[in-house]
Amino acid sequence: MSIDRRDFIKIAGITALSGAGGFSVLDKMLGEGLIEASETATEATSKKRWGMVIDVSKFKTEEDYKKVIEACHRTHNVPDLGNPKDEIKWIWTDTFEHTFPGQETDYMAESMKHKPFLMLCNHCEKPPCVRVCPTKATFKRPDGIVMMDYHRCIGCRFCMAACPFGARSFNWKDPRPALKSVNAEYPTRTKGVVEKCNFCADRIDKGLLPACVEASNGAMLFGDLNDPDSEVRKALGSHYAIRRKNELGTRPSVYYIIGGKENA
Amino acid sequence: MLDRVLTGSRRYWAWMGFLSLIIGLGVASYLYQFNYGLGITGLSRDVSWGLYIGQLTFFVGVAASAVMLVIPYYLHDYKKFGKIVILGEFLAIAAVTVCILFIFVDLGQPTRIMNVMLHPTPNSILFWDATVLNGYLFLNLVIGWATLSADYKGGRPPKWVKPLIYLSIPWAISIHTVTAFLYAGLPGRHFWLTAILAARFLASAFAGGPALLIVLALIVRKVSKFDPGTEAIQTLGKIVTYAMFLNVFFLGLELFTAFYSQIPGHTHPFKYLYVGLEGHSKLVPMMWISSILAIGSLAVLLNPKFRKNEAVLAVACISLFISLWIDKGFGLIVGGFVPNPFEGVTEYWPTLPEFLIACGVWAIGLLVLTALYKVAISVREETADVELEH
Ligand code: SF4
Repeated sequence: MSIDRRDFIKIAGITALSGAGGFSVLDKMLGEGLIEASETATEATSKKRWGMVIDVSKFKTEEDYKKVIEACHRTHNVPDLGNPKDEIKWIWTDTFEHTFPGQETDYMAESMKHKPFLMLCNHCEKPPCVRVCPTKATFKRPDGIVMMDYHRCIGCRFCMAACPFGARSFNWKDPRPALKSVNAEYPTRTKGVVEKCNFCADRIDKGLLPACVEASNGAMLFGDLNDPDSEVRKALGSHYAIRRKNELGTRPSVYYIIGGKENA
Repeated sequence: MLDRVLTGSRRYWAWMGFLSLIIGLGVASYLYQFNYGLGITGLSRDVSWGLYIGQLTFFVGVAASAVMLVIPYYLHDYKKFGKIVILGEFLAIAAVTVCILFIFVDLGQPTRIMNVMLHPTPNSILFWDATVLNGYLFLNLVIGWATLSADYKGGRPPKWVKPLIYLSIPWAISIHTVTAFLYAGLPGRHFWLTAILAARFLASAFAGGPALLIVLALIVRKVSKFDPGTEAIQTLGKIVTYAMFLNVFFLGLELFTAFYSQIPGHTHPFKYLYVGLEGHSKLVPMMWISSILAIGSLAVLLNPKFRKNEAVLAVACISLFISLWIDKGFGLIVGGFVPNPFEGVTEYWPTLPEFLIACGVWAIGLLVLTALYKVAISVREETADVELEH
């Protein structure tokens, strides 16, 4: 169990007021290792924290990735602008080296080296993008989903500089003419605003799975990381999984099972 | 006092006309950007800030440097700066104007700019940057105007100005520190994630700003009867020298940490900037020009004999200014985005419309500066033989 800073201040404050003295509380907490040395998970709260597990071994063909990416981009009206300068993407693939920089070794199996890995917004528990946004146009929901308000965004792109995962895209021009078809369920964007994966917040609120997960044939799992009985937690409990750039402390909610069942 | 802006020689009007022309070009280019979107710039998903934000950063430094006149004059009673201090304050006003405009032209949705104030977000450094910049603009407007109109009327400035002047000192430091914090707190941008960034910013600001001021003071003396003072200019030259030395030293510290530790994330941006990375080397020539100008100007400035010769001093100051303008106004921002979060290299180069918009902003800055200097010079010419009293 861990405790967040605000709760801690509250408890410490109340205790101090009641005469017990904030410091003894502090001592006790330190003694029990409760204070945020907690680079460990936040468990056993009633709060939900949505997370995703990508089982890399279950992606076999080009087609497997394509289905997932297209499902997302179709659902959210993400345009294909056809050039890297204007590029907008919510979910995409790249090599191991580019997905997990610094984790590659000289003698990696060729199959691993050239395998595509899916990337998307990590819905970080401590999202730097949210920290830097000057208008709260990007914000974190109580269930952990990092959202964008396209109507409040001023297009300063501070969040793009702050995100260490390259998860964010900017509308360098009007994206609408490039859309082949429009899904009326989700808004299109104007020029001058930032966008990224929203974990299909609108679908989740309706009790559906994210579009990519649905299209993945079980290669991607989605669920509540705070619930020990959820599918994602069970998968994480029985497989070795990694996250992108763990060392930066943003605490991504997207996990990758690299070896699959055989290597678990 | 303000009416002095409207009377001037033919040369004055020719200059103002020229600036207006550049501003016109800038505005036209901006309208194009406003309609099409920021896609008219060289920016991309990987390098999402460029010339505009680089120039914002650089000119915050120029604005902050006014404190290099304010401290000696008001805190140490260094009388020789009495006449030149107003030039520093007015330069700060023009520089902050330029900064605010560069933030504005960089926005994807400029019409929503008030959202920053409508939804104040104290955890965002950009919120603080906008706040301190506006505060600094206000302080310098009030201080500059109050002291100058006191001279004009031949008296002392009102008592309430002094506390504002003292406040402007830490405030100047704050604008550049906060600007450094825009970058220095971002996880995963190794080039910027360094505790010395704010210190480096201040050192380069206190070199570049006064260097510009020396050149401006020499121009003022040439085109008017107002002499900011030979000794004042020489003292500024010393300040420039010390600050530039510190700036180069700080850069050396960065290079040591990066290359002795050999941590790839730390060395890559430096390699990209100075020798090229993975065959990408668009910025290399610019960065070497900057380095050569920095070393060259410092070598000249370190020698008092050269420094005392005003023509040599002017050349050294111009070189130094260009050097810092490249280093901080361009390389620093682009270097932060290379390599990208996937360890790939995407290059950036400003486009013509982007450059014209920047020219427009600089021209507005120069127009504001000229107008303010015109007022200051006129007042000084009229009160040339009166001793200053503040
Ligand atoms: S991956 Fe990037 S955009 Fe997504 S929450 Fe983390 S910092 Fe924000």
